[in-house]
Amino acid sequence: MAAVSQSAMTAEPSVEKPKMTARNLDLFYSDNQALYEVNLDIAEQQVTALIGPSGCGKSTFLRCLNRMNDTIDGVTLKGEVTLDGRDIYDKRIDVVQLRARIGMVFQKPNPFPKTIYDNVAYGPRIHGLVNSRDELDEIVMTSLERAGLLKEVKDRLQSPATGLSGGQQQRLCIARAVAVSPEVILMDEPCSALDPIATAKVEELIDELRSNYTIVIVTHSMQQAARVSQRTAFFHLGKLVEVGETDQIFTNPKDERTKGYITGRFG
Amino acid sequence: MSLSFLLLAVAALCALSFYFGRQRAVALSGGRHSNLHSLPVHYGAYTAAWCGLPALFLLLIWYCFQGSVIEALIVSDLPQEIVSDSGRLSLALNSISLIADGNGQHLTVEPEIVDAGRRLANIQTIANAALVVVMLSGAVLGLSLSYRKITADMRARNNIERIARYVMIACSAIAILSTVGIVFSLLFEALHFFTKINPLEFLFGLEWSPQTAIRADQVASEGAFGAIPLFVGTLLITLIAMCVAVPIGLFSAIYMGEYASPKFRAVAKPALEILAGVPTVVYGFFAALTVAPFLRDNGAILGLDVSSESALAAGLVMGVMIIPFVSSLSDDVMSQVPKSLRDGSYGLGATKSETIRNVIFPAALPGIVGAVLLAVSRAIGETMIVVMAAGLAANMTANPLQAVTTVTVQIVTLLVGDQEFDSAKTLSAFALGLVLFLVTLGLNVFALKVVQKYREKYD
Repeated sequence: MAAVSQSAMTAEPSVEKPKMTARNLDLFYSDNQALYEVNLDIAEQQVTALIGPSGCGKSTFLRCLNRMNDTIDGVTLKGEVTLDGRDIYDKRIDVVQLRARIGMVFQKPNPFPKTIYDNVAYGPRIHGLVNSRDELDEIVMTSLERAGLLKEVKDRLQSPATGLSGGQQQRLCIARAVAVSPEVILMDEPCSALDPIATAKVEELIDELRSNYTIVIVTHSMQQAARVSQRTAFFHLGKLVEVGETDQIFTNPKDERTKGYITGRFG
Repeated sequence: MSLSFLLLAVAALCALSFYFGRQRAVALSGGRHSNLHSLPVHYGAYTAAWCGLPALFLLLIWYCFQGSVIEALIVSDLPQEIVSDSGRLSLALNSISLIADGNGQHLTVEPEIVDAGRRLANIQTIANAALVVVMLSGAVLGLSLSYRKITADMRARNNIERIARYVMIACSAIAILSTVGIVFSLLFEALHFFTKINPLEFLFGLEWSPQTAIRADQVASEGAFGAIPLFVGTLLITLIAMCVAVPIGLFSAIYMGEYASPKFRAVAKPALEILAGVPTVVYGFFAALTVAPFLRDNGAILGLDVSSESALAAGLVMGVMIIPFVSSLSDDVMSQVPKSLRDGSYGLGATKSETIRNVIFPAALPGIVGAVLLAVSRAIGETMIVVMAAGLAANMTANPLQAVTTVTVQIVTLLVGDQEFDSAKTLSAFALGLVLFLVTLGLNVFALKVVQKYREKYD
């Protein structure tokens, strides 16, 4: 099945030890097709960047990876997405547990209107990951620490999260995702609403998180893709045009469209 | 000339001046509209406005002063002994206006009064004629002045804008002033009542029985005007109504907003909102003829003593009436919770009900509280259902199986009574109305503040 479409691809989609794979993925919003035969592997403990012009399907693809598209009416999907070799669209898969294994950080920081502490504790609480208040404290602290936020907020854990700055809110959202101990973290343009300093902090954080998590990041900024990712996939008009090592994509793209995009001729 | 005919004439003049203004603009443009500052219709509307508005303004002024001026003219000719006695004067003025209208044949009054009546008829005829002349000349004057002002570079378009603004200001002023007027009339009658009954006794008295003697020589009770039993009854019924409306309304809003498929929602939501369109009198007889007997009979089976006009029946039906109110308002506030928050919660692996309980509901809570408060103020002010189903007995009880009465029910019964208007019994209706108004006003203001605060956070 994979071999057929690989011949049409200009780059090798598979990696040696994929954490997640997508095979022949087609996606429709009602009658509009948004993704065409996407074949892509996500390597374990690496950062995979998805780039491409607006509307190219990169965010849609990202949302296929934890079935967030399920929440949108009229979405139909063909093909296969696997996590550790198991099809996540299988009827027997519990989508709630799936999303606990695959965390997500959104474009706009979306802290809940609760305290900082409760935001981070949200996931562990609903999944029953802790048995005592002390354990919960422990998870909240380590998650905030991992998100590089602990120093800034440790004196005001009980104040509302909406009072934090945009960059802090986004790192709080990362801490919130980390608190559930996911295996994969999906990031949908996590820095697009942040200023350059906050962006630098989040990028630094992504780089650190790589050692523990598999990360997929959608970004509009090619510099960001080049800075944080090890592999880059270029989407155009719903098709995966090219995927490869980030260095190779940015220095020696094989496809004309990729070259055009990264040199700024279109998009 | 009657008023409606007069207004019709002014409207015709306006139409005419629209035509004239437009024609003149077209003539000035020399065939090319770009030579004019504004479009020809703007000039037409400009002349029409300047024709109609002065006429209407004069009419308004005229009616403000006509009555008092004519009365002063009549009074000045009456004998001193009538004028000095205010009771006789008002009686005399009454007869005079009857005679002037040609309805005074059966009256036996002094010849001066009859003369005055004739004079009043004369004056009224003259005044009517004068009004016609004044209004029409105002219209024509406005027409001719504005017609002359039309030049190619006159800014008719901007002028119309200004006129339109004043018209809108006038409309909103009417809306606001009439509210203020209603409040003041309520206030003055209530103050009148408080000169007869001590306000403290009214507000904190525990007994309500407003029967007073109609004539001075009649043997009747003095009446007791303690409003507490009425407010207790109102609160009891409101509480029962809220116990029905809040959970059902809220949960149906959550189902409609979060779970229902678009197809089902398209049918079910309008169906729910039909409840809001049922006239309250229909709810009233539903409560009185269906629910109340049902409760009484079933209460008898259970060995409970349910009165045939129980607070429970009225409260239950009122709750049903308020369901769509609660559900559509809370649906609004919950759908305003941004999608990003839902996504954040789903992205962490929360189920739908966890997301609703932990994220959407807390975020929407201020708005929902506002919605409930608005519903409470509706329940307090609701009249028809309680008139038909709650009864008249001012029992002070917390037992929902007994008959209670509410503030609104008492206002209705007090005002349809046969007492003279300035008796304490009738006037107490205004005092009750005032308190009711203040309570619902306070609730509404508070609820809207809460809702507004919530809106600011997410818009």
